Amino acid sequence: MYRRWLWPGFALPGTVWLIVLFLVPFYAVVAVAFGSVDPILLQPVPVWNPLEWNVGWIVEVLERLAPNGEWFGVAVRTIVYVAIALGLSLLIGYPVAYYIARHAGRTKSLLLILLIAPLWINYLMRMLAWVNLLAPDGYVNRFLTYTHVLAEPRDWLGGRASTVILALVYGYIPFMILPLFAALDRIDRSHLEAARDLGASPFSTFLHVTLPLSKAGILGGAVLIALPMFGDYYTPNVVSGAPQTSMIGNQIDFYFHYGGQPTIGAATTVVLAAFLTVLMAYYVWTIHRASQEARTA
Amino acid sequence: MTTAVEVQAPPRLSAWSRFRGWLTNPWGRPRFLTLFTWMYMVWALIPVLIAVQFSFNDSRSRTVWQGFSTRWYWGDPVDSVWHDPTLRSALAQSLKLATADVLIATPIGVLLAIGLARWSGWGSRPSNFLMLFPLVTPEIVMGVSLLLLFTHVFTFVGTGTTAQILGHVTFSISFVVVIVRGRLFSIGRQYEEAAADLGASPTVALYRVLLPLLTPAIIASAAVVFAISLDDFVISQWLSKGGETDTVPIQIYAATRAAPLPSTNAIATIMMVLTLVSVTAGYLVWRAFTRGERRAGREAVEGGRAAVEMR
Repeated sequence: MYRRWLWPGFALPGTVWLIVLFLVPFYAVVAVAFGSVDPILLQPVPVWNPLEWNVGWIVEVLERLAPNGEWFGVAVRTIVYVAIALGLSLLIGYPVAYYIARHAGRTKSLLLILLIAPLWINYLMRMLAWVNLLAPDGYVNRFLTYTHVLAEPRDWLGGRASTVILALVYGYIPFMILPLFAALDRIDRSHLEAARDLGASPFSTFLHVTLPLSKAGILGGAVLIALPMFGDYYTPNVVSGAPQTSMIGNQIDFYFHYGGQPTIGAATTVVLAAFLTVLMAYYVWTIHRASQEARTA
Repeated sequence: MTTAVEVQAPPRLSAWSRFRGWLTNPWGRPRFLTLFTWMYMVWALIPVLIAVQFSFNDSRSRTVWQGFSTRWYWGDPVDSVWHDPTLRSALAQSLKLATADVLIATPIGVLLAIGLARWSGWGSRPSNFLMLFPLVTPEIVMGVSLLLLFTHVFTFVGTGTTAQILGHVTFSISFVVVIVRGRLFSIGRQYEEAAADLGASPTVALYRVLLPLLTPAIIASAAVVFAISLDDFVISQWLSKGGETDTVPIQIYAATRAAPLPSTNAIATIMMVLTLVSVTAGYLVWRAFTRGERRAGREAVEGGRAAVEMR
């Protein structure tokens, strides 16, 4: 009897913890988003019974996000920022990961340590570093005016889309390079040699062997950084703070922390989570499959 | 007889085209990629080092260097990390949350990892899936949901330190599971089976055989939990009730949006050192324990990689 219950018993505390503090909270957001608002205190009243749900808030959020809606610009901006930041991260990250996996030789360990270091440096510390550099009298402006690229210091932190996108790239790119590196490092060199022996040029070897074999790393890395980017509100707040660069996360932050309408915030969170579920499910599925393979290996 | 053949001198190449030839020579070493990679490293790390440099600035500026000083750490009687009550309490709160997180999340995560690796009954698959989701859920979604949980369901918790600890543990458990499970897979079951053949009950085999083998993974995951708890901003912020429950990242965020003093750089530097020391210590312990094992190096790399990929 005790043998049968030993292992489930081990898993029990963790599973219960995650049900109570991860699944139930999700339901709490849904209950608030489909709930009502106290007319006097203006506080959200969650509705736990799905049969009594009020879809008004979700509809309102969707209307705001629709073309001609109040948040349409925000929605488009969020998607465009994330897409550009993903593209730039891949463009910068792939060559770096490729070089470290394939050609680094004796410097490989050093480069790997340097690659991992930013992951353990606080995200906001790294944003603070750029806020210092991009200040009106910071190093960037001084360098650019000294070299006469700019006649006058530019206000980089005053609500520029380019600053926010570059900050997103800077913030999240280390998380993308590692899966890319892992995928490229796993490629068996004999595949490449076979391609070369059969007469493929270096470029076509890359195109037809390396690139397809690293597809999992590209997708994994892209999903891994797209998810937090879609929910980001602190990066635009720190490096811009202007409404013309605000993303969907900023709306959630606003309605909870400043706007005093948590119900709208909760409904927005539900819509965002639903939008991201596909990406999340894809990633969880790949980790799960990898761990099943490790288990049976 | 004298047919002097004039040897044609090769055309003189400009400096730029010689440089380009050197850089892109397909038969040489991949110099372009080397240059690109090192430029990336400079871009990724130098801004942070400059921020560290300005934490030692002898003036209130974070942009104009005026000589070395430790005033922002302890010298300044008002604004230094040591004397500013906000910064001091933020540091204390960050350390408090990280310590509590390690003490709670590590045992729960280790048990869950062992349970999920050895149990294959009907509940194990959903439990496995559930464990993976905190790793990919955007933090804002988790922050909102925990905030609403503690303000509408478990109202006796409310916001503040308890809520922050519960939140940190919730996102930390999965990291522990991933690290410990990697080690469990690489150990395999043969040691436990040998113990069972020699008459050990599962509990004894677990305590005398499996646990010692898991020690490096347990220590490594404790170090990682400590580091990710110190690093966390979103969950701490959503569950903070202000004042003494604000952590260092929250203070950095607030200061960066207002007018930061070099003391912000100083406290950020302290946090960075704490995190890096904790992760390095975890890695070194892992290395020391697994030395001499077959494929030890590969395992460490795989374990580290798993841990990092999960981030």
